[in-house]
Amino acid sequence: MKNSVLEYLEETVRRFGDKPAIVDGARRLTFGQLRQFGRQLALKLAKDHASFRRPVAVLLPKSVDSIIAFAGILYSGNFYVPLDEKLPEQRLGKILANLKPAAIVTSPEYTGLLASLGVEASKCVLAGTQYEELSGEEEHFLDQIIGQVIDVDPVYVIYTSGSTGTPKGVVVAHRGVVDYIDWAIGCFGIDEQTVIGSQSPFFFDNSTLDIYLCFGAGATLVIIPKMLFSFPAKLMTYVNDMGINFVFWVPSVLINVANAQILDEIMPSRLAKILFAGEVMPNKQLNYWRKKMPTALFANLYGPTEITVDCTYYIVEREFSDQDSLPIGFPCRNTDILVLTAENKQAGLLEVGELCVRGSSLALGYWDDPEKTAAAFVQNPLHDHYPDKIYRTGDLVYINERNEIIFVGRKDSQIKHMGYRIELGEIETVVAGLPVIESACVTYNKAREEIVLLYKASQPTEIGDIRKALLPLLPKYMLPTTAHQLEEMPLNANGKIDRVALFHRYGQ
Amino acid sequence: MEEIIKILTGIRPEFDFYQESNFIENGVLDSFDMVVLVSTLEERYGIKICGTDIIPENFSDTDSIRRLVERYGGNV
Repeated sequence: MKNSVLEYLEETVRRFGDKPAIVDGARRLTFGQLRQFGRQLALKLAKDHASFRRPVAVLLPKSVDSIIAFAGILYSGNFYVPLDEKLPEQRLGKILANLKPAAIVTSPEYTGLLASLGVEASKCVLAGTQYEELSGEEEHFLDQIIGQVIDVDPVYVIYTSGSTGTPKGVVVAHRGVVDYIDWAIGCFGIDEQTVIGSQSPFFFDNSTLDIYLCFGAGATLVIIPKMLFSFPAKLMTYVNDMGINFVFWVPSVLINVANAQILDEIMPSRLAKILFAGEVMPNKQLNYWRKKMPTALFANLYGPTEITVDCTYYIVEREFSDQDSLPIGFPCRNTDILVLTAENKQAGLLEVGELCVRGSSLALGYWDDPEKTAAAFVQNPLHDHYPDKIYRTGDLVYINERNEIIFVGRKDSQIKHMGYRIELGEIETVVAGLPVIESACVTYNKAREEIVLLYKASQPTEIGDIRKALLPLLPKYMLPTTAHQLEEMPLNANGKIDRVALFHRYGQ
Repeated sequence: MEEIIKILTGIRPEFDFYQESNFIENGVLDSFDMVVLVSTLEERYGIKICGTDIIPENFSDTDSIRRLVERYGGNV
């Protein structure tokens, strides 16, 4: 078994060193170059920052430089933390305060922002710089560092929405990614002929599949320009032009293509494998895709960041009506799924319970947050014979007669909006902090895919004003889509905001 | 025209749509905004915009959006 994801890259460089690894607009990078540039950056990190097993943040737009940064950070014996370069300053500040990175790989356009957040200039390492060739001695020095990395060491930290207003950093280990990628390469038949059309931002863990299928199987990763996801016809033309034959996208992209009925006009003829995850994929739009592309493989993947991307999968084979819910399927290899009732007993057939995960895929915990770690990563309640950790996802599911897992909803107020995982509580906390707001409740209208804000304010306030005020505080995808100003918030018997009533009125 | 600017401002209140141009190139509208914009235009003007018309040229500024809506018989 591999003890580091770098072993994937090392092996692929030996086999396909001159093959294109990453395509990013006009820039193309071979596997050999990726290793070379990565190691040059690694030497700089190891020498100038003298850190080992420490987090190194990456604040860059999605590009070939991000991938070089990830590889370089790993070659230096550290682990990477991809950050959304469009994050509002306040949120970025919160993350950096929690993470305290050893260094930040970034570009000149962000150094001013980082300085205003109190990051010392000496901590910033500029990406895209041509560093010196490594001498034989330096190569040996790096090999010695990498040799000390073991599979329970972190590979990356990804920040995700936290209900109390502070994002949580999920610390994922090398063994989680190796466990996941070994399964995915075999399950989906990935090899050096595979051309991956990358949609997921690198700060979103779906990109783990894209990146490490590339490293692990010698597949080519094509970074699709973000703008194309606004225009489904252009997107399909691009998929054709680049010879993309594999995608792992959020359902909202596939839904857009289906709703615009683009496949009637443009057929992505080489696209053979279509995987999706991140939110529920409706059969209505999936049926459109399946009808137009009857020979393509469609697979529904499911999992939270805390168990390394995905823990169940469903290869879509039988027929579904537009109204059926698509199963999330079966456990991935080397993963055990428990469905636990409120009494912590194993749920019976068709009985709803919380989906819990056991396996090497479990994250190491939340960065610098032992309390939240202890609450989510717990002893398997089915026995007490030895330490046996499970991760409680908070997702409610049941197992049907075909032994397939069916997703029902959430135990709490976490939602998936355009593929992003959002705690409604986090939005509420921030909205309630605005000066004119007296009280606020946020709900989600699934059918219209809208984040709905209900609020009471000290003066007439419009949605535009609220969104404007929230822009410096929340990422754009967390802003309320619609808002209703209420004279009074309805209260329940306990004197709390009556969320159930508001949900029934505005959430459906 | 006022109505289209009002719709756009509702989606991206931080921009002044009387001033902005090249919405797509300048990153004024991203893919989330496009989905909301198309469905809002369809609802407001009672039209159904064909998928092949959802291209940057038809959404680059308020004028091109107005022409698109009018082409579908929307009364701007």
